[in-house]
Amino acid sequence: MMTIKSKTEGYPRYAPGTHVSGRDISNKNVTYSWWEPEVQYSWSLGPAYGRFLQELKKGKIIGRSCKKCERVIVPPRMFCEYCYRSTDEWIYLKDTGKVETFSISYLDPNARRIKEPILIGVISIDGASPMHGFMHYFNDMKPEDLKIGMKVKAVWKSEKERTGSITDIKYFKPMNEGDK
Amino acid sequence: MTKKVAVVGVGYTDFNSMTPEVSWKEFMYEACQKAYIDAGVDPREDIDSFITCSEDYWEGFSIFDEFVPDQIGAVLRPCCTVCGDGLYGLGNAYMQIKTGKMNIVAVEAHSKISDLLTFGDIGLFSYDPIFDRPVTGSVDRTHFAGIPSYEKNSPKPLVGKTNEKERIHPYFLAGLEMQNFLRKTGTTEEQCAKVVVKNKKNAFNNPNAEYEVNITIEDVMNSEYLFKPIKKLDISLNVDGAIAFVLASEEAVKKLDVEPIWLRGFGWSSETPWISTRSMDANYAMLASRMAYKMTDINNPRKEIDFAEVDDRFSYKELQHLEALGLAESGEAGKMLDSGDLDLNGSLPTNISGGSLGIGNCFEATGLQKALEVVIQLRGHGGKRQIEDVHTGISQSWRGIPSGSGAVAIFGR
Amino acid sequence: MNRVAVIGGGMTLFRRRLLETGKELSFLAAKMAMEDSGIEKKDLDMVVMGSAPDAFDGIHMKGENLLDGAAATNKPYVRLFNGGGTGVFAPIAGWWHVASGVADTVLVVCEEKMSSCFPHPQTAFQHIWDPILDRPLHPNLVWLFAMEMNRYMTMHNIKKEDIALVAVKNKRNAVGHPSAQLPDEKITVEDVLNSEIMAWPVQRLDISPPSDGASALILCSEDRAKQYTDDPIFIDGVGWNIDSTMWTNRDLYFPRYVANAAKMAYKMADIHDPKKEIDFAEPYDPFDYKELHHLEGLLLCDKGEAPILTREGVTQRDGKLPVCPSGGLLGVGNPIAATMGQKVCELYWQLSGKAGKRQIPTDPQVGVGQAWGDIMQMGTVIVMRRG
Repeated sequence: MMTIKSKTEGYPRYAPGTHVSGRDISNKNVTYSWWEPEVQYSWSLGPAYGRFLQELKKGKIIGRSCKKCERVIVPPRMFCEYCYRSTDEWIYLKDTGKVETFSISYLDPNARRIKEPILIGVISIDGASPMHGFMHYFNDMKPEDLKIGMKVKAVWKSEKERTGSITDIKYFKPMNEGDK
Repeated sequence: MTKKVAVVGVGYTDFNSMTPEVSWKEFMYEACQKAYIDAGVDPREDIDSFITCSEDYWEGFSIFDEFVPDQIGAVLRPCCTVCGDGLYGLGNAYMQIKTGKMNIVAVEAHSKISDLLTFGDIGLFSYDPIFDRPVTGSVDRTHFAGIPSYEKNSPKPLVGKTNEKERIHPYFLAGLEMQNFLRKTGTTEEQCAKVVVKNKKNAFNNPNAEYEVNITIEDVMNSEYLFKPIKKLDISLNVDGAIAFVLASEEAVKKLDVEPIWLRGFGWSSETPWISTRSMDANYAMLASRMAYKMTDINNPRKEIDFAEVDDRFSYKELQHLEALGLAESGEAGKMLDSGDLDLNGSLPTNISGGSLGIGNCFEATGLQKALEVVIQLRGHGGKRQIEDVHTGISQSWRGIPSGSGAVAIFGR
Repeated sequence: MNRVAVIGGGMTLFRRRLLETGKELSFLAAKMAMEDSGIEKKDLDMVVMGSAPDAFDGIHMKGENLLDGAAATNKPYVRLFNGGGTGVFAPIAGWWHVASGVADTVLVVCEEKMSSCFPHPQTAFQHIWDPILDRPLHPNLVWLFAMEMNRYMTMHNIKKEDIALVAVKNKRNAVGHPSAQLPDEKITVEDVLNSEIMAWPVQRLDISPPSDGASALILCSEDRAKQYTDDPIFIDGVGWNIDSTMWTNRDLYFPRYVANAAKMAYKMADIHDPKKEIDFAEPYDPFDYKELHHLEGLLLCDKGEAPILTREGVTQRDGKLPVCPSGGLLGVGNPIAATMGQKVCELYWQLSGKAGKRQIPTDPQVGVGQAWGDIMQMGTVIVMRRG
C-alpha cells in the first residue's frame, strides 16, 4: 500500500488517496467485507416484447408499424418514440438481414479472457425500416469473413427447444444463394 | 426571469399490487400521455426538459436512465434521472424553469416494484456495507414483494428462511424509530393504529387506491408484531403505479388552456446516513419544510396550510411527519387524530387520498402521489373526497428505509 | 438568470483500487475544492452528488450512503445520474441550482468506487443491457464500443493507426497529472496496435482503465464569487440530450445526441461558430475512438475529419485545438462520474492558468467539456469561459 502525496506546481496541487494493489489483497494487507445480495427480478414483458418473443417461439420475427413516420419497427414497441403515438399494426418480417456492425470478442461477460472468440453484431432485419434490427451472434463463418454489409440468415433452434427468448435464434449465418 | 412555476398537467395510472400485463415502458407511457393531454402539450414540440425519478435496484438495471426516454417522449431531448423521490424531481424541474432557459418541464416517477422478487434483500443492500449490514444477519432470501414474513417459531423480528442463515428484514429500522417516537412524544400505539384505520378508510373514496379496507383499531392492534412496536398492519404494502407531472413557467401558462396550480415552494434535506447518530425525529422533514416555508413566505404553517399529504409508509410516520413539519406540536399529532382534526372535515385533513397505507407504497413515486392529491384537491377534482375551500396544500415525502432524507412541496391555487 | 462561477476544484488519486471508501473519497475531493476556494461547509447552500451505477459500490441508493462524505449532512442534497454522462451532468445540475437563484453556493461531488464490485466492475455493466433482448446473450460492455467503433471506422474508412494516436496523445498528456493512473511518456502507436485484442476492433490500450476516485467543484453566483476570487471562471453554456433506448435502431457512426447537446450549450453561451470560438476541448475519451467521435459530435470538426486533425497534430496541447490536455480518461483513469475531474475541473484549471505542466500555452479563453453515457445515447456538454 502506498499513500501518494505527490506535489506539483499546478492544480490539482496534490492527489490524496491510498493505492491498494492486487497483492495487498491476496497478502491480506487490507481488511475487507463481503456481501452477496440476492437479486432477482421477473420483468413483465409488456404487449410488444411479449408478442415478439411468442413469435420467435413460432420461428418468426415480427415488427410494428408507425403510420405517421412510416417506419416498420423491430424490436417492436407499442408506441413510436419519435411521433409519441401508439404504433399501428403487427407486421411479419423475414429472418434474413444485413450486418450493420460487429465485434469479435475475446472477453466473457465478467471481462475474463476466452480463447474462442464470440462473433457478435447488429443485424438489420429484412422487411423492417433501414437500420432497424437487433443484436445477435454470428456463426458458420471465419472471423475474418465477417463484414459490415454482408447478408445473413437466422439459424433457429428446433421447435421443441424454443422457449420464447431471443436465444430461440441460435445465431445468424452467411446467406447463401438460394436462401430465402 | 420567470417568477412563478405552475403544475399544468398530471397523469397517472391505476395503482395495483401487480401489473403483469405491461412492462415499465407501457406503464410510464400511459401516465405521461395522460399528463401531456391534461396539459394540452405535445412532448415532441413543447416540452423543453424531462426528468425521471428512479433508483437502479428498484428497477433491476445498472443505468435505468437508458430505458426512459422513448416512452416519455424525450428522445433527442434534454432528459435526466434524479436518484430520488418524485418531489426531488419537481424541485429540479422548478429550478430548471427558474433559470429562464426552460419553459415546460415534465417529471415522471413510478414504481414497478412487483418486478422485484427479492425485496427484502435489496432493502438491506441500501444499508452501510461495513457497519450496518453485518449486524443484520447473513443470508436472507425473502422472496416477498412488500410483506415481510416469518415463520411462527423463528425469533421475531428475524424474517425469511434459507438453508444457510437468516437476515433481518430491512424494515427493522422503523421499529427502532417508532419506539423512540412513542417514548419521546407520549403517542400511543393505538393512535398509530388509528392512522391505519383512517387512511385505509379514506382510500375507499379514491378509485385508484389498492388497499382500501374497513378495519378497526383492534384489528391493527391484534395484527402480529413484526418489528415491535410495529405491527403487520402498520406497514404500507407495495404497489405499482406511474405518475407524471407537467410544470410550466408563468409565461408558458398563459399560452395553455389550463387552470394552473402553483408550485409555491419546495425544500429537501438529508440527515446523516449514520443510523446510530441520527435524530430519529424526522429532522429531514423539519429542515425541508423550513426551506419550503421560507420560499413560500409562510410564517405560521398551522394557519396557512389547509391540508396535508405526508409520508405514511409506516403508520407512526404520519404523526411524526406532521410534527416535524410544524403542523402539530411535539406529541400533539396523535391528539389531533383523536379529535378528528385530520379527517376530511377536520381542521387539517391529512392523507385524504388514502396515503401510502391506503394506496400502497409506490417508492420513488410516493412524493408525486402526495403532490398529485394536493393538485387534485386544489383543482376541486376530489369528488367524494373533496375538501371544502382549500387554497394551500403541502405534500411531503421521505426516501424510505434506511435514509434520513426527504422533500416537501407546497402548492397553492 | 444568475451567471454561475466556478471558484474551486479538487480530485483524488485515480487508481484501480483505493483503500478509502466512497464516503472518504468524496470527503477528500470535497475538502480539496473547499480549501481551494476558501469555502467552508457552513457557506454551502446545497450539495449535488454525481455517481454512476449503485452496482459498483455495492450499495442500493448509494447517494444516501455517500452524503456525509460530501458535506451534505443536514443540507439539501440530491444525486443525479445518467451513466457515463454524469461527470459533466452533475455540474450542469449544480449550474441550475445556482442559475435559478434557489442556491447561492453549491458543492458538486462526483464519486466512483468501482473496485468494490466482484469479480470485475464489468460484472455491473451486464445489467445495463436490455433484460429481455440483450441480457440472454450474455453481453460484455466492451461489445458496445467495439460495435460502435467498427461502424465509425467503416463509414469513414478510418485506420486503427489514426485512432491509436489518441491513446498515445492522452497518455502522454497525463504525465505530470498527480491523479493519473496510466500516464506514459514513451508510449507509441505500435504499443497500442500490438496490445491484446479485447473485442475487435478494441484492443487493451484503446480502453481507459476502471478506477476508484472522486472529484469536486464549488459553484456560486457571480456576486458571491467576487468575495472569493478576482478571476472567476464562468459556466456560460450547458446542454444535455438523450437518444432512443433502442440502440440497434440507430446509426452509431455519428453521435447526434452529442450534437444536440452541444448546440444547446453553444446557443446558451452565445457561440455561433464553435470551430473558431472554442479554444480547447475535453471530450469524453473512455476509448480512443470516442474522442474523435465526440469531437465531431461537438461540431468542432466535420464528420470523419477528427482523425485527420489528430494526425496533423492539431489536437496536441500546443496545437491549434488542444484536446484532452488533462490526459483524459485514457491517461488519468476512468472512475465514471469522477471524471468530472478531467472534463470540468480541468477546464477551470486551464482557463485560470493553474494547470502547471499541463497548461495550454496559448492562453485559452473558452473551453468545452463533454461526457457521454447510458447505452450510447446521452450527451452532456458544458462551456466555460474566463472573466
